[in-house]
Amino acid sequence: MDVDLILRVYPYFLEAAVVTIELSVLTILLGLLCGAAGAWARLSRFALLRFAGAAYVSVFRGTPALIQLFLLYFGGPQVGIQLDAFEAGVIGLGVNIGAYMTETMRGAIVAVDHGQGEAARTLGLSRAQSFRKVVLPQALRLMIRPLGVNINAQIKGTALVAAISVVELTYTAQRYIGSTYKPFEMFLLAGVLYLIIITVVGKGISFLDRRVRLQ
Amino acid sequence: MTETRPFVEIRHAKKSYGSLEVLKDINLTVDRGEIVAIIGPSGSGKSTLLRAINDLDPLTGGEVILDGTQVNKALPHRQYEKHINQMRQQIGMVFQHFNLFPHLTVRDNVVMAPKLLKGISEDAAQKLAEEQLAHVGMLERIDYYPSQLSGGQKQRVAIARALAMKPKLMLFDEATSALDPELVEEVNQVMKTLAQEHMTMIIVTHEMEFAADVCDRVIFMDGGVVVEEGPPTVVFQNPTQPRTRDFLRKHLSQYEKEK
Repeated sequence: MDVDLILRVYPYFLEAAVVTIELSVLTILLGLLCGAAGAWARLSRFALLRFAGAAYVSVFRGTPALIQLFLLYFGGPQVGIQLDAFEAGVIGLGVNIGAYMTETMRGAIVAVDHGQGEAARTLGLSRAQSFRKVVLPQALRLMIRPLGVNINAQIKGTALVAAISVVELTYTAQRYIGSTYKPFEMFLLAGVLYLIIITVVGKGISFLDRRVRLQ
Repeated sequence: MTETRPFVEIRHAKKSYGSLEVLKDINLTVDRGEIVAIIGPSGSGKSTLLRAINDLDPLTGGEVILDGTQVNKALPHRQYEKHINQMRQQIGMVFQHFNLFPHLTVRDNVVMAPKLLKGISEDAAQKLAEEQLAHVGMLERIDYYPSQLSGGQKQRVAIARALAMKPKLMLFDEATSALDPELVEEVNQVMKTLAQEHMTMIIVTHEMEFAADVCDRVIFMDGGVVVEEGPPTVVFQNPTQPRTRDFLRKHLSQYEKEK
């Protein structure tokens, strides 16, 4: 193994890791927004919204994220959507992970004991009040871990944008292989950096989960 | 004020799930300050009837009237929401499984609804919490979370939570059924205190001794109808209906053995 090479190129990989982190943060934030909207729609009183939510989930979970990304980035200009690669990556992957987060959030909300909402309604709270004050605080605690799984998947999923030439970790590894012909070292280095990011985020999620968990 | 109508009036209450009739034309009135026990085998419809009173399980026919106002009014969604929230503020309910809010302290369980719905100040809320918790003997647990309490303590807090809204009527849905036997008495004590304060109460229960002790009237339900009703002394000692006798033979002998 060429340790000297690794030491020489790793600063560039760190820069690329920053892009991976940026992509992760932005796609996760967008995913959380889409997930909240999707869960809200799926649990709506109105059949049309429920249908829209279910359609969103089935379309975006039922097709490869890579196809969605290509469709947006390469197919977008054909229908008047002009995005640079980074923007397309954030929007494409964010909306994609949002479909998974929709199901996570919906699952956590329906997992809150039915009697909780009932007790709140019995006291005279409106539907909205009982959701906000009683159901949601409990659902949020329940969704931290499963959202952690979505977040873990999404951080690794940012590697897909290498395919549309966003200069992040995976793309950087590929680029340096082109000039060094050392795929083992380059992919190993990229892998280690992913592992570090994932481990730190995972610890953070576990910590948060322990802090707010109900006995 | 002259009362021309009963305090609680249930008229022609019907409830069915598909072809299954759970309540078959029930008529029932409860006077102000009266304490009524509803007894009967499981599946008799007693919990469904109780939950129809605050429209938690809406009736498929008939009406529930509290203090002159119909509870289960057919209204457009928004108006119904407003109306039912108003009505429910006047009807306290206590559940078999307590349903305390696990993410809130005992204090906040008690004062959340009054703060939200009546807009009372922090000071007033603190006073209200102390007052209501003292009433059920739980004041020293005010800063605890529900998970730190025993079943009996949880149910006492649940009663305090319901009372904090100053309801006109209290509904108890098998409030002691989920408790370990040694914890039943503390909850019964709290309910007895309420009885002495002339709170109007409708109590679905399996405890015949408690019903005989505390209630003014016992209603025996079976198969979705009221089979027999009257003062506990009459219903328990001289039931007229064979179904009542049958039910009581099983349940009272149990109670006799316990004594």
